[in-house]
Amino acid sequence: MNETPESTVLDPTAAPATADAVGGVEAADDGPGVLETRSMDVFYGDFKAVADVSMSFTFNEISALIGPSGCGKSTVLRSLNRMNDLIPTARVDGEVRYHGTNIYAGDVDPVEIRRRIGMVFQKPNPFPKSIFDNIAWGAKINGFKGSKSDMKDLVQGALEQAALWDEVKDKLTESGLSLSGGQQQRLCIARAIAVQPDVILMDEPCSALDPIATLRIEELMLELKENYSIIIVTHNMQQAARVSDRTAFFNVELDTTGQRTGHLVEFSPTDVLFTTPKEKATEDYITGRFG
Amino acid sequence: MVQLREQSEAAEFFPSDVEYQGLLSKRSRRGRVVQLSFLLMLTIAVVGLGILLYTIIDDSFGLVAVVNQNEPEAVVSAYGYDPAVTVLDDLNKEQLVDVLQGSVSSGVGRRLEREERFFADRLVFESQAKWDEVCASDEPPSGCSGGVRSKGNVLDLVRERVIQPDIVAVNRLTASIFNPDGFKEEVETAFVENPSRFGEYTYDQVRYQWRAWFSWKFVTSPASDRPEIAGVRTAVLGSIWLVIITVLFAVPVGVGAAIYLEEFARPTRINDLIQTNINNLAGVPSIIYGMLGLAVLVRILEPFTSGSLFGEGAPNGRTIMSAGLTLGLLTLPVVIISSQEAIRAVPSSLRQAGMGLGATKWQTVRSQVLPVAIPGILTGTILAVARAIGETAPLILVGAASFITVSPSGPFSQFTALPIQIFQWTSFPQEEWRHLAAAASLVLLVLLLTLNAAAVIMRNRFSRRMS
Ligand SMILES: Nc1ncnc2c1ncn2[C@@H]1O[C@H](COP(=O)(O)OP(=O)(O)O)[C@@H](O)[C@H]1O
Ligand SMILES: [Mg+2]
Repeated sequence: MNETPESTVLDPTAAPATADAVGGVEAADDGPGVLETRSMDVFYGDFKAVADVSMSFTFNEISALIGPSGCGKSTVLRSLNRMNDLIPTARVDGEVRYHGTNIYAGDVDPVEIRRRIGMVFQKPNPFPKSIFDNIAWGAKINGFKGSKSDMKDLVQGALEQAALWDEVKDKLTESGLSLSGGQQQRLCIARAIAVQPDVILMDEPCSALDPIATLRIEELMLELKENYSIIIVTHNMQQAARVSDRTAFFNVELDTTGQRTGHLVEFSPTDVLFTTPKEKATEDYITGRFG
Repeated sequence: MVQLREQSEAAEFFPSDVEYQGLLSKRSRRGRVVQLSFLLMLTIAVVGLGILLYTIIDDSFGLVAVVNQNEPEAVVSAYGYDPAVTVLDDLNKEQLVDVLQGSVSSGVGRRLEREERFFADRLVFESQAKWDEVCASDEPPSGCSGGVRSKGNVLDLVRERVIQPDIVAVNRLTASIFNPDGFKEEVETAFVENPSRFGEYTYDQVRYQWRAWFSWKFVTSPASDRPEIAGVRTAVLGSIWLVIITVLFAVPVGVGAAIYLEEFARPTRINDLIQTNINNLAGVPSIIYGMLGLAVLVRILEPFTSGSLFGEGAPNGRTIMSAGLTLGLLTLPVVIISSQEAIRAVPSSLRQAGMGLGATKWQTVRSQVLPVAIPGILTGTILAVARAIGETAPLILVGAASFITVSPSGPFSQFTALPIQIFQWTSFPQEEWRHLAAAASLVLLVLLLTLNAAAVIMRNRFSRRMS
């Protein structure tokens, strides 16, 4: 795989419009997106977990995915960077377009996709290595060519962006596991940033954290959206309302064969979705929870 | 006691307070009984192992009754010393060499000198001209390389070749400590009642001395048909070579297969079949592996296992290579299974983290999964290899020699191994051999412990680097 961003098909530096022009992809209804799904179905074996998801995520925005448990939020999120490939039974139908390229096309290497579209998980999962190595490793395996001091700068930069530098700058050689839960999650965010992605997926990144740590991560997300597109799954509607620009509501329904298949109900600007939802189901869900 | 709330309807299904107290004490009693019985089982295990170790050690040391061919006192007084004051050890090296020169044949003397010289500045048994000729030959003996025998070495030679103690009766350690006179009486009675058993010896020739069957000398001496001087050097070296070949084969192959099965194999029918077979192979008796080794390694692959492919070698395939590979095959299933378990125990969140950063599968496995799995892999491997060291049956089948005195020089040498040596010695009727077998068992145990300790240190290194 070619490491120089200029020459790859998946060019995150290109403006979305250009990318669409190059890829020959027509813009979706709601404008050109860095990442788009088109009639995406995801299966686990024979079980259809989500059906017919079409949505477009925009640059420098935070999009939130909300919905009841089991409606397929994590499934959709994992499909966006092919993390679902790690589940042997998982299968995706339809398209996911990243800068116009269908990431499920035969000639696309999922390894490259995951480098461009990073992921932060529900439970903080730092490597059992030093804080420094936690961040440096991703760069190394992706062919980082800089000197030792370049690497130090990279690590420092990532930690600063993740608002962790001041807390760990004196103990970079200590294990990542020695940090508190909230610090570990920020370390995971720093680790994701360090490989220079342009989209970051976060699956309930705060659900294992206390309210103060949660607040720090939320502030961090707001800072990060200057440079990245962020898609976050959350079960916490206040969180979605606080941080996201646009919110997607997923619901799950029994289909005719008795399967519980999730689907996208609506995807609107966050203030619209929480004040004047288009769909009855959305309104029920948000009022039910808020009330 | 805390009052149970009686609010819900289900409360009537619970015992009343009084009943509950009764049940509670019954429950804790049952817990204590179970705990005690587990303790009992642990005790049985510890006692069993303790008895095993005790009998081995008990046989490895003790009093022996010897008849010397030449009494050390006589040797000493021949030099004009008073045997009551001076003992053999007090003689200097020149005198000892002199004693040796006076007793052994010149042929034996020359052989000893070619093995290692007695003095740096002069030759004792060999003429200078002959020595130069021998050392100029294509294969000069080890004595030509310049080493000189120490006084202790010469003393050993004198004991072995001049004093020539012949062990006529042996005793165990505990009996020797607590009842040495019982042993002496026993020997005396035996001489009275059954003199023919001792040939020409008479009781007044008998001397009693302590003997450590298990000693450094025992470890470093080659095999011999005389129990007084027999050692396990050949067998120890054979066992070490076997371990090396076994580990070199079983660890890379086993860990590699485990990585493939755990990380890369898709759950297809063929892979399931392979997995099932590996699990079953772990239970196959070792003698079957021996038969496989004999048929395939010794016979079919003879050009390889005898080393003739590489231009060196043994007359047939009954070499360390065959035996080591057989033991390697034997340990392979256990190495695979325990490595698989260790790899499976690595949290999948680490794999997701690695893959999520754009690492390939192998990069993730290599840098994130394996480092965490290695302590577990090592634990399983240690156990498997430890078992292999003690294996006897397959070695007999692939042709371990029962009596060789030449140390193995490489993977294509004929060999014997400690368990084979032990097995053979225990089958001899004379009691001395049983003590040698016990001492050899002790050597085997020490070898095992050393290997385990090395592996544990390695494992802890890894774990420490992890955390
Ligand atoms: N690895 C998997 N294998 C099989 N089914 C799965 C797997 N992961 C999730 N599912 C199923 O897919 C559906 C959606 O799950 P998920 O995406 O985790 O929902 P959410 O994140 O919204 O709670 C659920 O019915 C769940 O049981
Ligand atoms: Mg989820």
